[in-house]
Amino acid sequence: MQDKEKLNLNRLEANSKRKNIIYRWILYFILGIFVFYYLTPLYVMIVTSFKTMPEIRQGNLFSLPESIKFDAWKQAWDGAGFTGGDVVLKPYFWNSIKLVVPAVIISTLLGAINGYALTKWRFKGDSYIFLLFLFGTFIPYQAILLPMARTLGVLGMSNSISGLILVHVIYGICFTTLFCRNYYVSISDEMVRAARIDGAGFFKIFFKIILPISIPILVVTVIWQFTQVWNDFLFGATFSFGEAAPIQVALNNLVLTSTAVKRYNVDMAAAIITGVPTLIVYILAGNYFIKGLTAGSVKG
Amino acid sequence: MKMKKLIVALIALALTPSVSFAAPKAEVLHWWTGGGEAKALKVLQDEFAAQNGVWLDMPVSGGGGDAAMQTLKARIVANDAPAAAQIKGPTIQEYDEEGVVAPYNIDAVAKKEGWDNLLSKQVASHMKCDDGKAYCAAPVNIHRIDWIWANKKVLDSNGIKMPSTWAEFNAAADKLQANGIIPLAHGSQPWQDATVFEAVALGVGGNDFYRKAFVDLDAATLGGSTMTKVFDQMRKLKGYTDAGSPGRDWNVATGMVMEGKAAFQIMGDWAKGEFAANNMAPGKDYICAPTPSNNGYLYNVDSFIFYKVEGNDKVEGQKLLASLMMGKNFQKVFNIYKGSIPARLDVSMDEFDMCAKKSNADLKTAGSKGGLLPSFAHGMALRLAQKGAIQDVVTEHFNSNMSSSDAAKKLAAAVKASL
Amino acid sequence: MFWLKKNLPKLVLVPSLGILSWFVYGFIFWTIYISFTKSKMLPRYEIWGIDQYIRLWNMPRWHVAVENLLIFTVLFIILCIAIGILLSILLDQKIRAEGFLRTIYLYPMALSFIVTGTAWKWVLNPTLGIEKFVNDMGFETFKFDWLVTPEMSIYTIVIAGVWQSSGFIMAIFLAGLRSVDDEIIKAAKIDGAGIFSIYSKIILPMMRPVFMSAIVILVHLSIKSYDLIIALTSGGPGISSDMPAVFMTAMAFHRSEVGLASASAIMMFLTVSAIVVPYLYSELKRENAR
Repeated sequence: MQDKEKLNLNRLEANSKRKNIIYRWILYFILGIFVFYYLTPLYVMIVTSFKTMPEIRQGNLFSLPESIKFDAWKQAWDGAGFTGGDVVLKPYFWNSIKLVVPAVIISTLLGAINGYALTKWRFKGDSYIFLLFLFGTFIPYQAILLPMARTLGVLGMSNSISGLILVHVIYGICFTTLFCRNYYVSISDEMVRAARIDGAGFFKIFFKIILPISIPILVVTVIWQFTQVWNDFLFGATFSFGEAAPIQVALNNLVLTSTAVKRYNVDMAAAIITGVPTLIVYILAGNYFIKGLTAGSVKG
Repeated sequence: MKMKKLIVALIALALTPSVSFAAPKAEVLHWWTGGGEAKALKVLQDEFAAQNGVWLDMPVSGGGGDAAMQTLKARIVANDAPAAAQIKGPTIQEYDEEGVVAPYNIDAVAKKEGWDNLLSKQVASHMKCDDGKAYCAAPVNIHRIDWIWANKKVLDSNGIKMPSTWAEFNAAADKLQANGIIPLAHGSQPWQDATVFEAVALGVGGNDFYRKAFVDLDAATLGGSTMTKVFDQMRKLKGYTDAGSPGRDWNVATGMVMEGKAAFQIMGDWAKGEFAANNMAPGKDYICAPTPSNNGYLYNVDSFIFYKVEGNDKVEGQKLLASLMMGKNFQKVFNIYKGSIPARLDVSMDEFDMCAKKSNADLKTAGSKGGLLPSFAHGMALRLAQKGAIQDVVTEHFNSNMSSSDAAKKLAAAVKASL
Repeated sequence: MFWLKKNLPKLVLVPSLGILSWFVYGFIFWTIYISFTKSKMLPRYEIWGIDQYIRLWNMPRWHVAVENLLIFTVLFIILCIAIGILLSILLDQKIRAEGFLRTIYLYPMALSFIVTGTAWKWVLNPTLGIEKFVNDMGFETFKFDWLVTPEMSIYTIVIAGVWQSSGFIMAIFLAGLRSVDDEIIKAAKIDGAGIFSIYSKIILPMMRPVFMSAIVILVHLSIKSYDLIIALTSGGPGISSDMPAVFMTAMAFHRSEVGLASASAIMMFLTVSAIVVPYLYSELKRENAR
């Protein structure tokens, strides 16, 4: 009797182990297919950036380059071998950094405070106030260019990094508040209530209790804001000019020449260079995805 | 005594306006950010700097000026217009109507240098505001739109001459297709479709037809039977393009001709740059010829408009810039780099290539025979609202099964609605 | 002092709301105003009437744009959320190389679409990309020419758009999943629930706020879609893949029709609000009922 039970148990175990292995294989297979989907354009871009123009014109899209030369990359970054007047990326890179860092910090902080205020300190009408924030995400940016230009002109910020920072903070607040508020809403109120009874004030609770457990959502918010601000072309092109322009405007100028000869290899190299800081942010931020909430915090 | 002199000197110094000592300054908005165009513009920048000018570059490329238009309008609305911007055609007069160009700072320069004598009447009229009374823009070149480019080897090995009528073109194309060569390399983006369309309209309908339809916007002509014939020819041309043409960039199409995959491309003279970059020579490796027409010539004049600005240094900058733009040296060097021909009439053509020389000669012939016409697809003949409306219909017809007579009717209706 | 303390939460919101009231709502009213004027190249301020709206609805190109917006937005939202959830759940299974995979799925958002658009354009082009590749491999009858077919061009925009944004949706769902307390899952497992039902019955319902964020973002991205379309199809073939943001920009800045563009912006705004606001409102009410 015992042997038969043991046999059944072994068989069950073996079955479930097999099931697990099959599940695992299916898992990796699906993930693998998606990797293919996501990587194909990048593959094309990288491969093109190492080819020479004659190679590109005659060759197959997916073929490997004949040799790995970084000429196109050097030309994109600081113009080694360029013809006079071409655009290069280096100076505009720092403009974007000067723009992104303040814009992301300010909008993320404001978003967190707003989200916190709207969820842990309920008052009458707070849902409607939240709706007001949400509405702001549906504005098509093209529609606000002209009135924004007029306003910035009146404020004397018509052509400056600070004007751009202001614009990005304004339209970022709607999103950062959305993310943080929706995150905080699912966090239990117990801790905050307990702290309030103990006499802690609004900001004390924010810095000592809320912020430490906000890491995942702050990461998401920073990823979103960094991407939006770094990748923005519309505001950068409209509200800044010439030497003070951010990197996407420079990339645009480099890539979209109207009636001049196109250099696809330099274009691809330039696009990848432009995307590197954002990628770095993703990789660094990714580490914080592994940490969930710390053990012991209570969830609703 | 000394003290008194000192005080007088100090007062005199304090009263002297300091503005007249400032260097001429110019903020220039443009989208020539690569290749031959950027090189050409740099010539101007260098000349400006040589005269102590401070050039503030404002490049915004994309879509042949589309992105730049956003920046420009935002700046104007913010009351902070740049000194000069790359604007051409009737848009110049449109800005004038909005009141942001007067008081026409460069008119004094134009009068002094006698621009009326240096430019053809047609070009000059495009550059003037205030009902043609004052110069408000400076021309830098003349582009010709209605060219056919052909791969010489392909033509020779298939026994084809450059067509001089559209019927010959169709016959040649049929022969090429039978031999497995793509007759017409084309990238079907709206502006490219419009470019081909206007060349066809010029050839199939004739010079007067073109003028009545696209300059005078005569409704009967727009919706009439000749226009239907134009659309018929467009439908035929569609059959001579390949399946990959929608969305293709113009220079990729040129590449097809360069490699011998296709025989012809209908495109403006900037296509020359691609051939040159690929070390191909006109007459030897490729042939340039006007599209079949009766001494027609579709021109596009790139120019810079000079807005109303505040500050002596900015006004001086505008004047200096305008003068340099019309300078003989600049007109020559700029156009050699850019692939177009000078707007100024008295520049020697010796250093230009054979296609440019032909363009210049044709310009004079067409001018005398009434065939010198402004390109509407490239913003010279019409305001942008009408040009856009026509372009929408043309590209829709080219990319669908719309009948030619329907297209003509739609064309007339669209233009009417946009006025 | 007590008043300050009591109202601090509300006061903290004031700067943001102040900014919003001018830069968001003020500008919306400005746009509404301009849509009633005859503004051509630059804004003009004399009221004209509702003619811009009449002209707008008489333009075939606008009808195409609106239809495309609806098709695109619906597919975009469904696919991004489906793929996002799928990938986030898969990645949540303690995979090796999770960080690596996560970065791969996320990176498309990092790259400017002006250039990735060119890469996609080549890949989807029948004579250059996938169709040619598969044909060369021997499958001569394989066709994939959506890019150049007027009726299908909008779907290529969906493919590229989903590619660009689904990684981020995955990221926000992953953050949400990670914030679920392990205790709950352990308890469910002890009760004998299988992994599938743990996810569908317990975890996903807890993700309602994440769904809200995802939908809001995706609607926003869909409305904003400009680079995507210009880079991939230029609105073509013809006008078949036009969308409101493209239409609006073209009208306002390239056709000197600022009044018309404003009318289109308002129409778009109203359409979107009419659909999304009820959803948001019901979500918020449901939260309050907790």
